[in-house]
Amino acid sequence: MRALVVDDSRAMRRIVTRILEDAGFEVLEAGDGQEALDVLAAQETPPELACVDWNMPVMDGLTFINHVRKQPQWRATTLMMVTTESEQSQIVRALAAGAHEYLIKPFTGEAMLEKLDLLGLLPTPVGDQT
Amino acid sequence: MTISSSAFTFVRELVRAESAIVLEPGKEYLVESRLVPLARAAGHPDVDAYVAQLSTRRSPAALKQVVEALTTNETSWFRDTDPYTTLRETIFPELARNRPRKQLRVWAAACSSGQEPYSIVMTAMDTPALAGWRVDVTATDLSEEMLERGRRGEYSQLEVNRGLPATTLVRHFERQGLNWRINQSIRERVEFRHLNLTRPFPPMGQFDVVFLRNVLIYFDMPTKREVLQRVRQVLAPDGHLFLGAAEMTMGVDDAWERVPAGRSSVYRIREEQRTCVPW
Repeated sequence: MRALVVDDSRAMRRIVTRILEDAGFEVLEAGDGQEALDVLAAQETPPELACVDWNMPVMDGLTFINHVRKQPQWRATTLMMVTTESEQSQIVRALAAGAHEYLIKPFTGEAMLEKLDLLGLLPTPVGDQT
Repeated sequence: MTISSSAFTFVRELVRAESAIVLEPGKEYLVESRLVPLARAAGHPDVDAYVAQLSTRRSPAALKQVVEALTTNETSWFRDTDPYTTLRETIFPELARNRPRKQLRVWAAACSSGQEPYSIVMTAMDTPALAGWRVDVTATDLSEEMLERGRRGEYSQLEVNRGLPATTLVRHFERQGLNWRINQSIRERVEFRHLNLTRPFPPMGQFDVVFLRNVLIYFDMPTKREVLQRVRQVLAPDGHLFLGAAEMTMGVDDAWERVPAGRSSVYRIREEQRTCVPW
């Protein structure tokens, strides 16, 4: 499976990329929403997952999600907002725009895997952690 | 810095006597990481010094804190997902067909800070067959601190990140400062009570479903057997028991049978072992 990680922080992209690669994803990266749209447009088949930061220069994550949701060819891509924005109204806005999940920074690798499990995007479900 | 073997042995014996939970050698890191905050709070430089004081003074309150620190686990919402899918798609609809009184009782037997009982209530709310039903959850734990947290129903950002779908978060929780509090309509469906699984149970009535997940693994074999036998006394004859994925009744208490349900398995009391009359 493939994932697109969209974040203007290189350090954050590296963290998310590491978690996703360990979960078996092939990862593409972009530094803002516009670059992410360009990366998507260059793909023959869209990635299964996009993890998108909210606040980014050039084009923010919410605008990116709005664009992606208008394009039928990208409908199969699951969108997860990954952001420090944590107000209830913002989560509602992101979900209304078409985000499938919402993960608030900071988060643990385990929390991200559990979100992927909820989305049915883990090859093997998260097992018992005892 | 690592914990000394004498301190580990003291803590191990204490936890075993109070909770029947066995801390195997190799769990030194767990003991140390859980006790460091208590040691610091009590003004000790390290865990060894703290344990040394515990073993001489034996203050009941302090000993209780140590047991609590070692017997509670981090937990996520809808832990492992499958049991809740099974509950919603298989078990709840089946019970809904067999209960004329439109009431169900569920027991979450080691509820920790409340994620499990609240996940059960939210699952019941999402079960179409239970529309208009009353579903009550009794949540028990060894730790008073965990029970108090459960009653309060308030969780940190890190805790709501764990396995809770974003749609569920915005629907059933409200932001309170930096934390999130689960709505009162869900809180009032759960009763939190202190209970030590290794001792005889207090009167609790009969349950339709029991969640006893990831608890038995901590007990030795005789304790596992006793707990499973006692659970049989409080489960409705056609009720269901959920265990953790790494747990089973086979070879422990064979009055149970494992039955496939949805994508997971649940346990039922074998027909010939059912002593009560179904309601």
